[in-house]
Amino acid sequence: MTVKANNELLRVDDLHKQYGDNEVLKGVSLTAHSGDVISIIGSSGSGKSTWLRCINFLEQPTSGKIIVAGEEIKMLAGSKDALKVADPRQLQKIRTRLSMVFQHFNLWGHMTVLQNVIEAPIHVLGLSKKDAMERAERYLERVGVWKFRDTYPAHLSGGQQQRVAIARALAMEPEALLFDEPTSALDPELVGEVLKVMRSIAEEGRTMLVVTHEMGFAREVSNHVIFVHQGRVEERGHPREVLTRPNSERLQQFLSGNLK
Amino acid sequence: MDALIEYSPSLLAGAWITLQVALLSLLLAVSTGLLGAACKLSRIAPLRWWTALYTTVFRGVPDLVMMLLFFYGGQVILNVISDHLEREMVELDAFAAGVLTIGFIFGAYFTETFRGAFQAVPAGQMEAGRAYGMSDWQVFWHILFPQMLRYALPGIGNNWLVLLKSTAIVSMIGLADMTWLADQAGRSTHQPFTFYLAVCVLYLAMTAVSNHVLQHLQRRYNVGVREANV
Amino acid sequence: MEWFDPSVISGSLPEFWRGLWMTVQLTVFSLAVGFALAIPLSVARVSRNPWVSRPISAYTYFFRGTPMLVQLLLIYYGVGQSEWMQQQWESGNSFWLLFRDAYFCTMLAFSLNTCAYQLEMFAGAIRNVPHGEVEAAEAMGMTRYTVLRRIVLPSALRRAIPPLSNEVILMLQGSAIASAVTLVDLTGAARNVYSRHYAPFEAFIFAGLLYLAVTFVLVGLFRFAESHWLAHLQPRSASAQKD
Repeated sequence: MTVKANNELLRVDDLHKQYGDNEVLKGVSLTAHSGDVISIIGSSGSGKSTWLRCINFLEQPTSGKIIVAGEEIKMLAGSKDALKVADPRQLQKIRTRLSMVFQHFNLWGHMTVLQNVIEAPIHVLGLSKKDAMERAERYLERVGVWKFRDTYPAHLSGGQQQRVAIARALAMEPEALLFDEPTSALDPELVGEVLKVMRSIAEEGRTMLVVTHEMGFAREVSNHVIFVHQGRVEERGHPREVLTRPNSERLQQFLSGNLK
Repeated sequence: MDALIEYSPSLLAGAWITLQVALLSLLLAVSTGLLGAACKLSRIAPLRWWTALYTTVFRGVPDLVMMLLFFYGGQVILNVISDHLEREMVELDAFAAGVLTIGFIFGAYFTETFRGAFQAVPAGQMEAGRAYGMSDWQVFWHILFPQMLRYALPGIGNNWLVLLKSTAIVSMIGLADMTWLADQAGRSTHQPFTFYLAVCVLYLAMTAVSNHVLQHLQRRYNVGVREANV
Repeated sequence: MEWFDPSVISGSLPEFWRGLWMTVQLTVFSLAVGFALAIPLSVARVSRNPWVSRPISAYTYFFRGTPMLVQLLLIYYGVGQSEWMQQQWESGNSFWLLFRDAYFCTMLAFSLNTCAYQLEMFAGAIRNVPHGEVEAAEAMGMTRYTVLRRIVLPSALRRAIPPLSNEVILMLQGSAIASAVTLVDLTGAARNVYSRHYAPFEAFIFAGLLYLAVTFVLVGLFRFAESHWLAHLQPRSASAQKD
């Protein structure tokens, strides 16, 4: 399936998420078109990570709609006012189209770098080992960690692990990439190498949804910024507008604390 | 069921024997273990070698083989001695053979437990004691030993539970513990299943009580220590 | 008297070998059966559904809380002599005749015992698989079964190798009680040699040395397995590789 330019790839409508009495997301929405790089910013506890994790159902939203490339994820009322996916196969299919990069990399510890990257293409997409290896080589080369292909994740630095995780996500050839605070767990001197890789894949025209604290990345790489505060979207728009001339007092406060 | 009631005094007497064997073995094992740990951490190399040989052999040979060796071998030695002294033949007591075997086998396990626990106490603790003018003995008794116990406690508990169950093999050298008595009762009533099951229940009860005591001790010794919770 | 007469040992060598072979059979077979049963049961053990996990935890509670000797006696003498079983035998039901066979009963008791220990080890290892790794697999669209087969079990089984090596050695030593139900394993052979020659030192020390030798071989094998399958958990000398 090819995605035409400016095709609507992902839409989230009025998403709510509640933990007991605590409503973490109070109706958030977003639309991503092909090639968009959307940065979701906000202080910790604002609900921005939960939002991202609801999109591929790592957490169950309480209500709302998620539509991936025109296909709505069918949901049922589950236990404790959380929705449940009606059709697990549909969810699995959709998850292959939205690949996630985690804060703590979550590489599979018992597999080498190469095995990590070919695992899902073989066992989820059904690629032959040869094709998966070709992909792996391409993407590991792309993020600059091909030479570590036979190394175990625990023997790599955080930055190297995160680049492997990005290669693992790319090897699914997804329609969009979801980044959940990809540099927050890294030592400061390792943040740069990961941001560089993210910037370069954004320049290839890939669709990305990035939850981040890196204002530089939000400003320079993304074409859309969403500021979340206490479970609501406070402000959104082009980074030049939003980050340089914030309207809301909240965003002004947030930026003055963050932008040095 | 009637049979079980009829034989329950005998079975309980057997349980008491089992408990005695277990507790006396534990006493021997802990003493041996402390001595063994001291030897393993000693500066005298031959002492370390002999202790290493002891722990390897006693942990590498089945308890039953060791017990048969102690029991039958011990009898041979006793006979030779009584011959020599021109006394009457002395029968080796199965109880003593059982306690000695189990005690020395688990002494080897306790040696490893205590050695690890002593090594787990940070050296800074002892240094701090010495820096405040404590004697070597005071440092050992007031600083090292109580902290060592805390590290050793999980291992002690585990060894005890294994030790308790291994007491069942004393029935194989004819000691009238609860397994042996259950065997007898099963034969005479033709209901072996009932009696072996009763032995299982008694062992489970002993294990449950032990677990309870161990948890209590663990709480006591962990005062002032924060658990690592993720 | 002679304290140690090597001719007692050399004269009974074939007997010792046969006993050793029986010991190896009992150990290897019960460990293998226990392992095969323990894997699916460990998955059920960590199930959130109490109807699935409770019966298994009752099973492990019983088998880990009672001596293996009593379990063996319970199965061989206890089950075999029950009225119901006697009736089955009289009616010529050949399946239940198995319970008359000491070899079968020993295998059964040992397998059930080691399975209980192994399954708790695996269940513990499954609970220790980092949650993030499971989440990453789900996020890639793996089915629950694929996550289990490709991520959770391989990771958990590797972590379980050190406790498993311990269990293998305990099982080898535990198998010595087989002589309680008339099987002639290595300990049984030593007992026969002892009673024939009244030579406890020769019989039991030689048997003990054979057990030690097998233990050393097993320890060596597990060292090799650990270096092979646990490489990913071993620290590298250099902290991290440089680009």
